[in-house]
Amino acid sequence: MHEMSVALSVVDQVERAARSGGASGVRRVTVEIGELAGVVPDALAFCFGLACAGTVLEGAELVTRSLPGRASCTDCQRSWDTGMPPDLLCAVCRGGAGVLLSGRELRITEVHWSTPPTAPDSSPVPRSEES
Amino acid sequence: MCRTVDLRQAVLARNTMAAGVLRAELTARGTTVVNLLSSPGSGKTALLERELTLARERGVTTAALTADLATENDAARLARSGVPVKQVLTDGLCHLEADMLAGHLHDWLPDATRLLFVENVGNLVCPASYDLGESLRVVLASVTEGEDKPLKYPTAFGLAQLVIVTKSDLAGPAEFDEAAFRAHVERVNPGVEVVLTSVRTGEGAGVLVDRALAAADGDAVHAPVMARAEA
Repeated sequence: MHEMSVALSVVDQVERAARSGGASGVRRVTVEIGELAGVVPDALAFCFGLACAGTVLEGAELVTRSLPGRASCTDCQRSWDTGMPPDLLCAVCRGGAGVLLSGRELRITEVHWSTPPTAPDSSPVPRSEES
Repeated sequence: MCRTVDLRQAVLARNTMAAGVLRAELTARGTTVVNLLSSPGSGKTALLERELTLARERGVTTAALTADLATENDAARLARSGVPVKQVLTDGLCHLEADMLAGHLHDWLPDATRLLFVENVGNLVCPASYDLGESLRVVLASVTEGEDKPLKYPTAFGLAQLVIVTKSDLAGPAEFDEAAFRAHVERVNPGVEVVLTSVRTGEGAGVLVDRALAAADGDAVHAPVMARAEA
């Protein structure tokens, strides 16, 4: 189970962003989890609670959004739900010239935090490229 | 005051970045990394010992790093091949991460190592999510594990660039259905090569070294559909 490593990464990334944004506390973190990402949302939620202890995220709620696996065939342009376990072969062409449209996401989308009234209004956090 | 910030960060971005840096550094010094994933007991170490011996006999400078939760048994077995071997104990952690690997290679990886084989922790779940800076990712499964292994662990098999079936000498007694196994692999990873091996009979001897050398020479390596997710 690597959900603890994932939870620690989430907390680390949110903590950095919260600190640079002058946040005094983080209330809610939203994470998108693709069906094929290999991460179990319930296990992540459990680990997230532990990983938040003693950080600016202490007591924060984790909201997870599941994204279905979707693939498309580059030959016939058909797209389909991959299901789980995924079927990445085009039912028409039976070829492997496909691409995965979604399903492997594991990303923090939104963070809801509070700032002390006296804190200077922080600049927006720059969007970073996803890998 | 409360605000909602649109963060949009990939959770594993740091690992992916560290893996990219490691891959570039190792490529610059002429080293190609092969990441080996499998369940515990699939025969990773036995196959690797054979392949390391073959590589040494063929004059290919090779090294191996093996990761386990506990014991140095695997390093002792791999060292019989005569190539430099390092044991990493993860103290319970179920997978290797790129910065951990980089830390272990520092001060150990011999100069002029052409191929570095990394035997990941025996686990088909967690290691699948972590790029280690490899140029070839290999997933192994033994014939005794069942034909549906690729469906039970679709992320591991779906991201493999080479699938190796081990213990093929036991295929008969285990009633291993090779066609079904291949169909299951094809479903989660269309086009990936599947090779049967046996350390006992010598079937598939040298395949790991051959494919690793091809990757090192810059030959095109299989690009899994799952890895083409964000193209």
